[in-house]
Amino acid sequence: MSQPVIPIRAAGARSTAFEYFSTKKDEFVGWARKFSLFPYPFVTACCAMEFMAVSSTPYDTDRFGAALPRFSPRQSDLLMVVGTVTHKQAPILRRVYEQMCEPKWVMAFGACATSGGFYQNYAAVAGIDRIIPVDVYVPGCPPRPETVIDAIMKLQDRIGRSHHPILTESF
Amino acid sequence: MDTRASAPLPNPIRPAFERGERDDSVVVSIGPSHPATHGTIQVIAALDGEKVERVDVHCGYLHRGFEKECEDHTWHNLMPYIDRLNYCSGLINDFAYCEAVEKLMSIEITPRCRYLRTLLSEYSRIADHLTCIAASLMELGAMTAFLYLVMIRDYVYEHLADLTGARLTYTYGRIGGLARDLPDGWLKRLGEILDQYEEFVGRIHGLIDRNRIFIDRTRDVGVISTAEAINWGFTGPILRSTGTPRDLRRDAPYLAYAELDFEVPVGIKGDNYDRYYVRMREMDESVYMIRQLMDMLPAGPICVDDRRCTLPPKNLVYTEIESLINHFKLIMDGPDVPPGEVYSAQEAPNGELGFYIVSTGGGSPYKLHVRSPSFVHMGGVHRLLEGYQLADIIPTFGSVNMIGGECDR
Amino acid sequence: MPAEIVDRLRAELASEGREVTLAQDMPVVTVPPTAVRETARQLAVDHAFDLLLDVTAIDWPGRTPRFDVVYHFYSTKHLIRVRLKTRVPEAEPVVDSLRSLYGSAAFMERECHEMYGIVFRGNMDLRPILLYEGFVGHPLRKDYPKQQEQPLVPYRK
Repeated sequence: MSQPVIPIRAAGARSTAFEYFSTKKDEFVGWARKFSLFPYPFVTACCAMEFMAVSSTPYDTDRFGAALPRFSPRQSDLLMVVGTVTHKQAPILRRVYEQMCEPKWVMAFGACATSGGFYQNYAAVAGIDRIIPVDVYVPGCPPRPETVIDAIMKLQDRIGRSHHPILTESF
Repeated sequence: MDTRASAPLPNPIRPAFERGERDDSVVVSIGPSHPATHGTIQVIAALDGEKVERVDVHCGYLHRGFEKECEDHTWHNLMPYIDRLNYCSGLINDFAYCEAVEKLMSIEITPRCRYLRTLLSEYSRIADHLTCIAASLMELGAMTAFLYLVMIRDYVYEHLADLTGARLTYTYGRIGGLARDLPDGWLKRLGEILDQYEEFVGRIHGLIDRNRIFIDRTRDVGVISTAEAINWGFTGPILRSTGTPRDLRRDAPYLAYAELDFEVPVGIKGDNYDRYYVRMREMDESVYMIRQLMDMLPAGPICVDDRRCTLPPKNLVYTEIESLINHFKLIMDGPDVPPGEVYSAQEAPNGELGFYIVSTGGGSPYKLHVRSPSFVHMGGVHRLLEGYQLADIIPTFGSVNMIGGECDR
Repeated sequence: MPAEIVDRLRAELASEGREVTLAQDMPVVTVPPTAVRETARQLAVDHAFDLLLDVTAIDWPGRTPRFDVVYHFYSTKHLIRVRLKTRVPEAEPVVDSLRSLYGSAAFMERECHEMYGIVFRGNMDLRPILLYEGFVGHPLRKDYPKQQEQPLVPYRK
């Protein structure tokens, strides 16, 4: 996980009304963050076709707020690794990941990104979690668009429930 | 999680040049993770302002060890690797490979299989050209065209999923035939999709063909002559856009193409606009061919009745010992292909897709080499890029249709 | 059609060490490695084989000479293909490059070099194309283990 550990209770005793508002604030911030994802589609192979399909009609990721790709790692927060990552591509993936700012999430899209798929040989990295930490794995070769949407929704649940560090500590 | 950059990351390539020809040239690396390069490819360009002086193309970022992997699998088991070569038109890869192995085994496929393979090849060709044109137009800014074309492509994918079980990587070809026959109502839905295709593509023609911006961006950009194209190994729509009607479906007919009535569209200048238009016309010709094939499809078995490669029917496998052993041997050891070598090529949407297979007998290939059109085109694409503007690299690359799985294998 | 092509090729090309056969309806010309460029030039100029389709190699580890280098040509005028084969030993896997005849030979020879180790004399640019800088070995040789990875980025856990 790329998030630092945040205490559930803010330091110092507070009243229950404060706790109620702080929880509501967390939910509101979580809601706002999870529906404004900016994916960076790190596209390599066949899963790109399914990525194109899931971004356009009729499976539209725009309904989930995750449609607008930002092709600069500085401006995006969801790194979708779509397709096989080979050893030649690995330094590029690592560099793109490091250039992204916190908070960031990684989706391993497809069997090849998850575990290398059936390319277990000298050329392919057997799963990108050997190089970068991954938050959600999407199985399938290539995954059906519904699977991708399911993964985005699971990721959104996680984002919605997580705490934003700065807002929580000083609120 | 430690996000500090520890050691500097190694550069996996060695560029051909470090600086440009002039003192104030800028060397820019486009890719390998770039939205508009259709996959992982790196173009190192030396720029004089906006003009591209010199270009060094680096592919190989998707090299997945296809040939080495295939040497370890049986002739049937390696079919999924074959699909993932040109993943936009997976069926054509399957059928080209199956044809090569069938030549080695001297198998003649059944008439129904022949016509059905032709129909599905043309269907895949439509899907590939739709993807290429959709992506190229999107990179030029025409998002509407992209959405229309991907909508039709999605119908095609769902329809093929009804037949083969998968939307994209079908693994539908078998040596000696196909995996299964058409389900009921498939041809009727095919007719509906073709009608919808014509309506949508009519809209694209209306939006794009005489669009001033599109013409300005693609006419006289990426021009190549026929002689140069042949010297650099271009085949397929790129060669046809230069004006020469070289098409394997016409020149060396395979499957059922000899019996079909179709034209081979050619361009005039060999620029981006011609490549776009050749692909649009080829899709129309494919639709025409599919309509002819829908009427010509004969009844009969899908797989040739040859125990060397065709799996016996399941009810026999469960009741007769010979069929059980036959099935077992075919799955575990693979079909026994006699020693020899063969080069067999088909007209893929990108050009000549050839399989060079060397067999020493037994159930696994000794060597399985793919002559991939995209790889050869990458060797020659610098002729299309040098001398034009930086912003022209994107539409030119889109019109060349480099598919990473095929280029890097 | 292939029979008369084979006869014409045999008549014009067959000399010491060169033979022309037919495999699966495709004429195959087998030459010694020193005659590759000359034969390719004859095929291109005299017989109109203007499109170089493919350059690859086959590894026969138990045999000397170890490698077969295989070229495929296509004639856009006569619409036929021909295969050109030669054998090179492991100790000196050198063949003349066809870069001067065909532009497409550049990339294809690079790939053959990095996969098998065949050196194409005359091709100045034999950098790895599908593999990366720092990769040691030639993966498509039969003695390279399939799963031997050479990672560029150190693994995490």
